[in-house]
Amino acid sequence: MKLKKKIPLIDQHDKNGFWGKKFGGSYIPETLKKPVEDLTNKFEKLRRDSQFIKKKDFYFKNYIGSPTSFIKLENLSNHLGGAQIWAKVVSEANGGAHKIYNATVHALICKAMGKKYIVGDTGAGYAGKMLSMAAKKFGLKCKIFMGAKDIKRQKPNCDAMKKNGAEIVPVYSGSQTLVDAVSECMRYWVSNCDNTHMCVGSTVGPNIFVKICGWSTSQISKELKTQLKKEFNKIPKKIKLINCVGGGSSAYGFWSEFIDYNKKQIELIGVEAGGPKKSKLHAAPLSRNAKIGILHGAASYVCQNNEGQIHETESISAGLDYPGVSPIHCFLKDTKRARYTFATDEEALNAYKLVTKYEKLNPSLEPSHAFAEAIKIAPQLSKDTICIVNSCGDAKKDRDILKKRLGKY
Amino acid sequence: MYKSLIHQTFELTRKEKRPALLTYTVAGDNTKKISLEILKSISKYADICELGFPHNTPIADGGQIQTSAYRAIKNGIKINDVFSIVSKFKKVKKNKPIILMGYYNMIYQYNENKFLNKCKKSKVDGLIVVDLPFPENKKFAVKCKKKNINFIQLISPTTSKTRLNQIIKNSHDMIYYISMLSTTGGILKVSPKKILKEYSFIKKQNNSKNVVIGFGITEKTIKSLKKADGLVVGSAICKEITNSIKKRQNAVTNVTNVVKRLKNKIK
Repeated sequence: MKLKKKIPLIDQHDKNGFWGKKFGGSYIPETLKKPVEDLTNKFEKLRRDSQFIKKKDFYFKNYIGSPTSFIKLENLSNHLGGAQIWAKVVSEANGGAHKIYNATVHALICKAMGKKYIVGDTGAGYAGKMLSMAAKKFGLKCKIFMGAKDIKRQKPNCDAMKKNGAEIVPVYSGSQTLVDAVSECMRYWVSNCDNTHMCVGSTVGPNIFVKICGWSTSQISKELKTQLKKEFNKIPKKIKLINCVGGGSSAYGFWSEFIDYNKKQIELIGVEAGGPKKSKLHAAPLSRNAKIGILHGAASYVCQNNEGQIHETESISAGLDYPGVSPIHCFLKDTKRARYTFATDEEALNAYKLVTKYEKLNPSLEPSHAFAEAIKIAPQLSKDTICIVNSCGDAKKDRDILKKRLGKY
Repeated sequence: MYKSLIHQTFELTRKEKRPALLTYTVAGDNTKKISLEILKSISKYADICELGFPHNTPIADGGQIQTSAYRAIKNGIKINDVFSIVSKFKKVKKNKPIILMGYYNMIYQYNENKFLNKCKKSKVDGLIVVDLPFPENKKFAVKCKKKNINFIQLISPTTSKTRLNQIIKNSHDMIYYISMLSTTGGILKVSPKKILKEYSFIKKQNNSKNVVIGFGITEKTIKSLKKADGLVVGSAICKEITNSIKKRQNAVTNVTNVVKRLKNKIK
């Protein structure tokens, strides 16, 4: 299994849609074959269409607010000693998280395909909120599928979705979290694929959805590359790019431009959700060695039992609370290009406390997992090491959880 | 020439000038014992029995079958139990074809070859794998054929004509036509006339293939589609199990009555 250079990772799959011959693919019911094929053809055309690219760039700049800033966390770095800690503040993007990139592109594709309805899944509610925003912006009718448990714990985002005119469909089956929301959303698409476009909220699902999402979020690393050159006059010699990984869309977006670099120069570190310290449950299929399985139309490492039943997961962060992971991260793991680890709920909360104590930054619980890893490794690293954390979401949505767990927000 | 039980069944129903009745129940719903009892009892009226191996992330199933699957999993059903239900059933009903239906992850975790050997041993006649479409299923379908197990290809209203012909070419004795854009258990939202038109189109490509229609078929709708080679009823049966449990009635009797009534409507 080998990575190719100079070809975007999203395009390094074989004709059946597999990365490294075993991750990804399109395990879908017959009914979805045609809509998936139509979408694939349309997307391949659009990404080569200069008018479409112009349009995308226009909305990325004027609607999303690209580029998001790249800042040094001076106080936190001084406190920890060792490596310099920097943040790419993707949470500045319109709506407060990276999910807006994928949502905007999907809304543009939906329009280009002449469909009036768009549906999507959501865990933390960011994917749903952003899709509802993009739908409103482009005049599309929108339905968001969300686990009943997540609706309770991510109320601020639900309020935003409703305000944008989207219908939230609560999902009561299974564990009532993201995994069930994705299943229900796919079922809805099976029944309505003739007039409805589906947006998968991360780099998961059948091959084409991994590609569209990765193509959209790669904006983050394009910006970062320019910003690094501007800040340091060249790409520094020792960089660590630290990102949380649930489905893996922000991590892929943060890394895509840097995958070709030697890992001694630019190390890619993915941080999964380890769940509560005392719980056996987690949402960390990569770092806790889950087996390969098929979930939501793709083969990836999946938290499951011997029989292939998908395990319940547990994490304080709804956005990372998913038993599978993107096939491209499985590929990055097996080729050893990226290193994956996990942070527990407690470690993420402590990281949140520390970051907000020292910096004017308010990372949501998802990137707090990434900060936990940065805080762990920075003290042992040299001063010329640049640790960059993708602060991909804003903690406003977590206000209830943070109040409960930390006594204040 | 080898004639599969499935093929023989369609020869018989054709002679009797009626469609074959195919039932779908979930293995282990609501217990291993009861699901075997149900299977034995409904096979008096059903021509082919489909048995689902339950999965907890079924992306193409509607509420009724999801409920049945969750119930079976909660009551501890394992894949080996599914095979043992089939074996026990086949001991008393050796001429009744049985088709296992489920999602690919379970086969993948069990191991394809081991799974097929187990199918062979317990006398499974056919397999439907919901999320393993053509052409991804080509290799697996060949493996099935080598073991004289029918791999059943699915066709839906969205299947293009070129694809349709390729699928028919790669199919075995039976093809499953999905009546409409829906998960299982949806309300029939397409007119029977339109469904039968699509059905005839498939038959016209190769008349020797047995084509069954499924999705949205209930006691109300079954009669209107009786021209087909076979008709599948699933959610309506699963729903009856749910209702029987709720009312604390005998699920075996109630489900058998449903299947009996379905059969009478297409005789």
